[in-house]
Amino acid sequence: MTMRSQTPAILLFAGLALFPFVARFGAQAYLLTLGARTLILALAALSLDFLVGQGALISFGHAAYLGIGAYAVVLASMAGINDLLAQALIAVAAAALFAALTGYVSLRATGVYYIMSTLAFGQMLYFLFVSLSALGGDDGYTLSSRSRLFGEPRLTSDFAFYYLCLAALALAYVMLTRICGSRFGRVLNAIRQNPLRARALGFRPFPSRLAACLIAGAIAAVAGALLANQSEFVAPAFMSWQRSGELLVMTILGGVGSLWGAVLGAIIYLALEEALSLLTDQTHVLIGPLLIVVAIFGRRGLAGALAPKASGSAA
Amino acid sequence: MSPPLLHIEGLAKSFGALAVTDDVSFSVGEGRLVALIGPNGAGKTTLIDQLSGAVQSDAGRIRFAGLDISGLDMSARARLGLVRSFQIAAVLPEYSALENVALAVQARSGSSFRFFGSAAREEELNAPARAALKRVGLLARADDPAGELSHGEKRSLEIAIALALRPRLMLFDEPFAGLGSEETRAGVELIRALKSEFTMLLVEHDMDAVFALADEIGVLVNGRLIAWGAPEAIRANERVRSAYLGEETLA
Amino acid sequence: MHDEVAAPRPVSLALLAVQTLNGLQLGILLFLIAAGLTLTFGVMNFVNLAHGVQYMVGAYLAAMFASLTGGFWSALALTLPTALAFGLALEFLVFRWLYDRDHLSQILATFGVILFMNQGVKTIWGAAPLSVPMPDALSGSVALMPGLLFPVYRLALIAVGLATGLALYLVINHTRVGMLIRAGATNAAMVSALGVDIRRLFMLVFGFGAMLAGFAGAMVAPILSVEPGMGDNLLILAFVVIVIGGIGSIRGAFLAALMVGLIDTLGRAFGAQMLRVALAPAAANQTGRALAPMLIYILMAAVLFHRPSGLFPVTR
Repeated sequence: MTMRSQTPAILLFAGLALFPFVARFGAQAYLLTLGARTLILALAALSLDFLVGQGALISFGHAAYLGIGAYAVVLASMAGINDLLAQALIAVAAAALFAALTGYVSLRATGVYYIMSTLAFGQMLYFLFVSLSALGGDDGYTLSSRSRLFGEPRLTSDFAFYYLCLAALALAYVMLTRICGSRFGRVLNAIRQNPLRARALGFRPFPSRLAACLIAGAIAAVAGALLANQSEFVAPAFMSWQRSGELLVMTILGGVGSLWGAVLGAIIYLALEEALSLLTDQTHVLIGPLLIVVAIFGRRGLAGALAPKASGSAA
Repeated sequence: MSPPLLHIEGLAKSFGALAVTDDVSFSVGEGRLVALIGPNGAGKTTLIDQLSGAVQSDAGRIRFAGLDISGLDMSARARLGLVRSFQIAAVLPEYSALENVALAVQARSGSSFRFFGSAAREEELNAPARAALKRVGLLARADDPAGELSHGEKRSLEIAIALALRPRLMLFDEPFAGLGSEETRAGVELIRALKSEFTMLLVEHDMDAVFALADEIGVLVNGRLIAWGAPEAIRANERVRSAYLGEETLA
Repeated sequence: MHDEVAAPRPVSLALLAVQTLNGLQLGILLFLIAAGLTLTFGVMNFVNLAHGVQYMVGAYLAAMFASLTGGFWSALALTLPTALAFGLALEFLVFRWLYDRDHLSQILATFGVILFMNQGVKTIWGAAPLSVPMPDALSGSVALMPGLLFPVYRLALIAVGLATGLALYLVINHTRVGMLIRAGATNAAMVSALGVDIRRLFMLVFGFGAMLAGFAGAMVAPILSVEPGMGDNLLILAFVVIVIGGIGSIRGAFLAALMVGLIDTLGRAFGAQMLRVALAPAAANQTGRALAPMLIYILMAAVLFHRPSGLFPVTR
């Protein structure tokens, strides 16, 4: 990828890196908390954008991975494992397993059937955790503290936690961008553009799509682990279908396919929701029509509108 | 006499009550160029679909390079070297011409499960891709998105992709459809030059092209193969003439 | 509810019958909602997440008219055309701009509609559940069998639903309009090319589906609580129904809706007890409680595994 097409992403991450310093002029703790949460959901949206934009796999159950990551932290801490990296590894492993098992069924379907299949699995996981009273069931589970990093409780500082989340987001972005440009990324993208052509070249869609599900799920699970730390509380609502829908909305808002667009979409959506909630408690009355307008008039999302040349699928 | 590269027996496909192909049997020897002709609706495209694996046959067997491939899907057949080109050029519109061909090169060289190296920078992929584009005269358009190419250019790109795949048997589905006479002439020359590289099965309507290229011709009418032989024999065949010309008496 | 390690209760025939009827009633309700959804999907290839909102609007309209007129029947009579009008307004303002667009845009827009409407009804009517009076003629219970009392209203619901299903079947399969709809589900472009005003057909299909969902909402209002977001979970169930049944198929929606209604209801009622055959009571309870809500999704996954296009796919 040329440097020119990476400019928006660089600007975006630079802005995000500077945000905590700007936040000093306002209610810092509140803004840092909000910021960290936004980065975490942006990470989940980023992984979904990879799935949708590169793989044409519209998942309406992506929030399940947020839940998997979050509950991995819960279960790990119950077993005495408090290090974030170890917890993240467990989260990734669980996500990979879930992606493999559900992908085996879901990927047999296409179009709307696929979308509904992902929804079904998301719901199954949701109900499973609702029924687990040992983990708090519907009411959720409160963590005693944030995880440790390299042995020390470094994450208690909001400042440090924000930068951890930003580091995770930046790392995921770089990783996904490179994957898009790799041999694997080409095949995945080709399957999206013209599945018949891809098969005629000798590529079977299933392995590539499954791998994409695994990658996206793993990243979203890491986001889930961070989310558990951010709120120090985990509930099945993390993986409700409404949350999955919101992730899709953030991705679509930002413009599917550009990857950085998903980050932008998440930021705009959450910032808007937060800003509106300060003015009125009727936020959805305003956000709803906004989404409708964007859907009708914004063909390529925010990324497409702001930086058309940099928003094509990373080839 | 070496066994034929492609051997088909009793191939049949029906859609509902309509038998589109019916008990089709023939062989294609290695290095030969065989053309399939017939009136519209004769079942030629369906036959290509059955051979390439796009459509599951109702009956019959297909042997390719000694293997029974009847149960294999399209991608498996492509990996074995049985490749088709599409009547409506199926290129990857968002990728450049070079990237399209490079992907075909990638399909035949090494693992596609590499996640981090930049495919755009792999000379192992780009060099053969450029060579293929050059052969079909598309090198100048290498970096243009394939979706923006003209109809004739897309056809050439299809052939470049075919070249890059280095197939053993190439199935061409009406490669000259929709081309002007100049483009057709160029296409015929290109395919003639390829005759030494791989075996080909051509479905075509353009009789001049067919007679210029084919070593053998099969005639499909209403899903059945009514004639097979060298071009001159087919040209003189009474049944073929009446199938094409209807009930006109032959003077 | 705590785990009870108690002696298994005998499942009486009456209890089984009641739950079966409840399951049928849920199934019929799902069918009324899913019918419009499967047609919208099938004919217009339109992902309508806002269909649950139609159902909710029907319930709220019934509540509003009931409080104005004081009676259920007049409320129902007023609700139907209003729900239709609302559906058509939604079609005019939002949906018709998105017919040609990809599923993602449709998801985005209809999600926006859900957000707007859920908040909207909360603003207008408050967050507390509303109630709608049960009509006297249908109140009370009837003894279907000795020891089996079942509410008359629910029986009426089942009857109405079945009648609607039959009417739909007749319309779809034996009228000209129905033929157009079926043709549109297989090949909309062809139908348009034949000179049929496809936009009018879409509007008809959409409006009718909206009215059905609103009708379902109104019918159910006396026995369920009318509250914001009541359509959301039913929407998910409706999607499960149409995916199992096959998108575009009324027959499929009917069968799948009954299956889903029965399995969900019976699973929740008897799942734990059935598991006691294999597991210890405590484990059976825990597993039963966990599995019961998942059953329909397991069913859907199983169906998709064997029939990736549902049970009665409309072949395009």
